[in-house]
Amino acid sequence: MTVEADVVIVGGGLHGCSAALHLAQRGRRVVVLERRHVGRHSSGINAGGVRTMNRDPAEIGLSVAGMELWRRIGELTGDDCAFHAHGQIRVAETPAELAKVAERVAMVRRLGFEHEELIERDELRRLVPAIAPHCVGGLIVRDDGAADPYRTTLAFGRRAAALGAEVREGEGLVALERAGADWLAVGEHGRYRAPIVVNAAGAWAGDVAAMVGDAVDLRVRASMMMVTERMPRFLDPVIASVGRKLSFKQSDAGTVVIGGGQQGTADRHTEKTRINFANLAGSARAAIALFPLMQGARLVRSWCGIEAETVDHLPVLGRSLAADGIIHSFGYSGHGFQLGPICGSVVADLAIHGATNLPIAGLGLERFAAQAANGKAAGIGH
Amino acid sequence: MSETFDLVVIGAGPAGLAAAAQAAELGLSAVVVDEQPEPGGQIYRAVERATKGPAAAALGADYAHGRQVVEAFRRSGAAYRPGLQVWQVEPSGEVLASDGQRSVAFAGRRALVAVGATERPVPIPGWTLPGVMGVGAGQILLKSSGMVPAGETWVVGSGPLPLLYMQQIIAAGGRIAGYIDTTPAANGFLAAPHLSAALRNLPYLRKGLKLRGALRRSGIPGHRADAVEAAGDGRVERVRFRSGGTWHEKPCDLLLLHEGVVPNVHVTMAIGCAHEWDERQECFRPRLDEWGCTDIAAILVAGDCGGIEGARAAEARGRLVALGAAASLGRIDDATRDRMARPLRRELRRHLPIRPFLDTLFRPRRGLTAPADAVIACRCESVTAGQVRETVRIGAVGPNQAKSFIRCGMGPCQGRMCGLTVTGIIAEATGRTPAEVGFFRIRPPLKPLTLGELAALGEDSGT
Repeated sequence: MTVEADVVIVGGGLHGCSAALHLAQRGRRVVVLERRHVGRHSSGINAGGVRTMNRDPAEIGLSVAGMELWRRIGELTGDDCAFHAHGQIRVAETPAELAKVAERVAMVRRLGFEHEELIERDELRRLVPAIAPHCVGGLIVRDDGAADPYRTTLAFGRRAAALGAEVREGEGLVALERAGADWLAVGEHGRYRAPIVVNAAGAWAGDVAAMVGDAVDLRVRASMMMVTERMPRFLDPVIASVGRKLSFKQSDAGTVVIGGGQQGTADRHTEKTRINFANLAGSARAAIALFPLMQGARLVRSWCGIEAETVDHLPVLGRSLAADGIIHSFGYSGHGFQLGPICGSVVADLAIHGATNLPIAGLGLERFAAQAANGKAAGIGH
Repeated sequence: MSETFDLVVIGAGPAGLAAAAQAAELGLSAVVVDEQPEPGGQIYRAVERATKGPAAAALGADYAHGRQVVEAFRRSGAAYRPGLQVWQVEPSGEVLASDGQRSVAFAGRRALVAVGATERPVPIPGWTLPGVMGVGAGQILLKSSGMVPAGETWVVGSGPLPLLYMQQIIAAGGRIAGYIDTTPAANGFLAAPHLSAALRNLPYLRKGLKLRGALRRSGIPGHRADAVEAAGDGRVERVRFRSGGTWHEKPCDLLLLHEGVVPNVHVTMAIGCAHEWDERQECFRPRLDEWGCTDIAAILVAGDCGGIEGARAAEARGRLVALGAAASLGRIDDATRDRMARPLRRELRRHLPIRPFLDTLFRPRRGLTAPADAVIACRCESVTAGQVRETVRIGAVGPNQAKSFIRCGMGPCQGRMCGLTVTGIIAEATGRTPAEVGFFRIRPPLKPLTLGELAALGEDSGT
């Protein structure tokens, strides 16, 4: 028996579930194929940063638009997703770093956005009393924040299902074939036919792209995270650093969650990850440098996810170059969580209208063709 | 900088000590890394010191055998690094350990995990009250500091350890208010078919009968119960138990629980070794070959952390694993290994035939691993069995999703106290076997580590 649908979505992470929710909301019949369970990999275990701050110019518009959805996340998904808008601050430790922040703020203003501001020492100290005394200020977005990544991913999946989407867990994609004007997705347990297929397969999206003839250079990222025992409340905003790899926040439970992009190792075939403690030590040093009180804090757990990273660290969001009816949404390269809600809406636009009013210029596959041509000319191999 | 050894042994119990001694005798460089200040592990804890006084006499001849194991290790020339908490083992055989201030690294061509057993969690109503603890913990106090409990002490559970402990306490001049035996009555019938094999282990059986006889003569009131609860305001004050369908209540100052031991699999799980469910012993254990090799070439296992077999078998397993390691490192040929292994395998055959009988006789009662809704399953995060069941109702298919939903297993004990319970509850609620349900993914570090110590790691090694 072949299941007929309007859209088949490959991947039950946040982006796949968000696309399913938006499509179901607009009355489309959707099937989500998830090889393991919803939120199994990066979507469920990332840092949960809801951040518009310090985005690549190509992403700023989309990220800022995405904040509108986060502000009504409860209405959208039926769950508050533990979202708190306590702000995000990127701390500067030296006058030179603060000068970089000033340049950044000016650049963002020139692009027409107002959300990023510079703060100086006193304001930093007022907002973050526990910060190391040498810190001189930073970049702030006051209504950025953080949410619970697993809860968020599940909330999108559940609301999509409540609106009629069919979420098939334990169903891996085996093949993707043309069937007349439609696509036939062959799963491990069933067959699914639809005119549109969305590739939201995360670290495995390159395999899905290859099935339809799109070649894309993807690597695997395994950003490490660690968490301490519960500590008395000392911090509200999410902290990043201008000069160090760090993301630092205190959860509702009082535990301190530390990330920032230090890399472990991951094997996409076995889906196993490993912590690299020499690298993780770098995160510990960064945390202590900004928060001396962390010196004696006890680390109880560390982990890393598996996700795709593109060569320019920007996502691939747009239509396939090689085949009609394929929409890609992957390669978020370590900063896709905040974009999840809005990118689902972009995918729904592309699936229904073939176009979107949301700003996705520069995020399509076309850019790699252009880069490859330029790279060859400049003698840069990869 | 890390020190390099042919064999890095984690754990100074009988398996680890025997393995290191055997390896050193074969010319391998070996080190034993252990968290205790003295060799012996749990079973022979403080055996070098505990030579005098009523407590030592009370601990008996089996305990005294440990002195020979420790002496053989001391003579062997193997290195010994006590007082170190191992917090990470790499699949390559590298072992990272902390002395509480800073970390040291041992690069092992082979790493031997010999971390023994842990008491099976006993989630009954009131088990988190102060004054309730494991029989094993009570025995640690007896062995390491000769402590005998005062007041109304009740022992609850099943298996040889409660009997042994009560005998030791009486011999040391202590008093037990009562023993509540939770061994299901039907187990005796089920174990009977294994009795003839067990007869090959006559000394063990005799020892068991002697323990029972000693218990009868001691005058300790014995009860059989199929349900037990601890109760009290702020600490345990009463023990309640159901015997023959009637509830009884007794005053209680110290309640000691024991429902058998299970392999301590945290280390091998964190490394990523393959594990299987042991149906008879109702626990997970690493998948091993006859030389104690896991599916990861550099990682070896000996003793009760590979499956519960007891101290004497652990010693033989330790030596066998050392032989296997020596052969795989090219220090002895396979013929030598096999020849040297023969007496050790005979030794194993002396100690193992009683296991099916014991495992069946002391199989934990039904419901122990899937307690009533109100009972705490995860102590660190105060998660009840009912909350775990609720995660199943909203779609969790395994322990890792339950953990993401409600934080069970996320506290400082890292799932050691609730792992089997959470698996058991989900298995019961979904009608699947524990093997199908699986266990928490164990995340490093194996023991909590300060951020300061982790930060110093990279600086010392210059990486």
